[in-house]
Amino acid sequence: MDLQTAAQINSFLAAFVLLTAFGMLAQKRISSLIHLFAWQGFLLSVNTAIVGYLANKHHLYISSVLTLSLKVVLLPYILHVLVVRLKIRREVETLVNIPMTMLIGLALVIFSYHLTAPVRELSTLITRSTLAIALATVMIGLLMMITRKHAVTQIIGFLALENGLFFAATSATYGMPLVVELGVALDVLIAAFIFGIFFFHIHTTFDSLNVEQMARLKEED
Amino acid sequence: MSMSPLVIEALQVALLIGGAPLFIGWVRMLKCWTQNRSSASIFQPYRDLAKLLSKDVVLAGNASWIFRFTPYLVFGTVILAGAVVPMLYLKLPLAPSADVIVLVGLFSIARFFTALAGMDIGTAFGGMGSSREMLVASLAEPAMLMAIFTVSLANRSTSLSHIAGVIYSGQSLFKPSLSFAFIAYILITLAETGRIPVDNPSTHLELTMLHEAMILEYSGRHLALIEWAGMMKLFIFMALGSALFFPMGIASVDDPLMIVIAGAVLLLKLAASAVVLVLIETGLAKMRLFRLTEFLGSAFLMATLGMLSFFILE
Repeated sequence: MDLQTAAQINSFLAAFVLLTAFGMLAQKRISSLIHLFAWQGFLLSVNTAIVGYLANKHHLYISSVLTLSLKVVLLPYILHVLVVRLKIRREVETLVNIPMTMLIGLALVIFSYHLTAPVRELSTLITRSTLAIALATVMIGLLMMITRKHAVTQIIGFLALENGLFFAATSATYGMPLVVELGVALDVLIAAFIFGIFFFHIHTTFDSLNVEQMARLKEED
Repeated sequence: MSMSPLVIEALQVALLIGGAPLFIGWVRMLKCWTQNRSSASIFQPYRDLAKLLSKDVVLAGNASWIFRFTPYLVFGTVILAGAVVPMLYLKLPLAPSADVIVLVGLFSIARFFTALAGMDIGTAFGGMGSSREMLVASLAEPAMLMAIFTVSLANRSTSLSHIAGVIYSGQSLFKPSLSFAFIAYILITLAETGRIPVDNPSTHLELTMLHEAMILEYSGRHLALIEWAGMMKLFIFMALGSALFFPMGIASVDDPLMIVIAGAVLLLKLAASAVVLVLIETGLAKMRLFRLTEFLGSAFLMATLGMLSFFILE
């Protein structure tokens, strides 16, 4: 595999990461959402390995394996168990209708392309063009957290946002130092556990995971 | 030895007119097989057309010239569109006269007049069909143009022959932008040619039909022409897809042998695309009309993502 093909595969994977981000934005069912999240993690992990090959940085292989085990296997599994235990079947309605959300998402992609244009001019890395897509993935994760009412989908949005940040780090600087990445991975894992515990508490208190219920502060009114 | 380009052009149009019913027959046959039914002969569409052509036309008393004119216009525009798409040969004499945007325009002229004819008689179904068809069109056309613009950008031309030529020379096949445009094109083809999940071509149930409702008042040779044009439209969309995304096999020199090979390759590609079409149709159920905005919205999204990834990644 020469560098040219590797760079081409890299940009292909970047495009598919963006596609999964949009897929998550459009998806209403929680189980499909978790599948899409796992796919995004898988694409990211393959992409990281390829960037590691392109840049000849061996620590990226380790973070690729880390991404694979954490974001493709462990986190989706935790989310899946959560969904089964809490008996969530369908997600509640979104705040903005889906075609509108898609259009906002498209606008975000254009915005992040515009925002990263100066970086593209300065950078000399092969992966510099994927930075715009990484930033767009971050923004779409954020958009998903804003437009969804359900707590579990908001968490998936948060995790997608983290995926985007990881992707941005790989494409802008060939990855953060390994210590930082290990730290972040641990943080995300711990966060997922804490979210899980919180969800159980919220569920027992409010009997629902719709965050609109939580605007009510007092118990009696 | 070489053939005159005009002869090749005439051959291509003849192949389009004569081959479209065969293609539809093949699609129907495959569909029967996937549903575990025994199918009619692959030549059944020819018999249907012959039967319709031999019948008398029944016209409503208040039918205007639009109603009588539309079948010929639809048939003509579809043939013209088919003459522009490079199916057999890259340098067709008519190809420089129209690019992809004109092609989309030709289809929308046909659609505009069909919608007018649907309302012309004044029955409830015709008007309903026209309104639904225009809803689908208003969503599908921007997506179609967007997908085509993406391909044009990637190949730096809106001329179909040039696009096919550039991809043919092997420069740009595996690009993110083109794969997005291809997915969008598949979704749009389903919508534009009235296949499941957008429209069911074999239903006459009043609540579900889109295209059929518009042409409900037609009979005899008028109906034959419109149905024939519908068959050719599916044929053209498949051929256009293969010219835009997989142009291998289209002849670039006017050697008779190459033209014959091109014809054989075209038939193979059409047969294969029919399999894909039937698999999609069998796997999906028809959508509710109001969910079409989501379906065609995602087609538009794919096409736009293709265009954006052209700017971002290439």
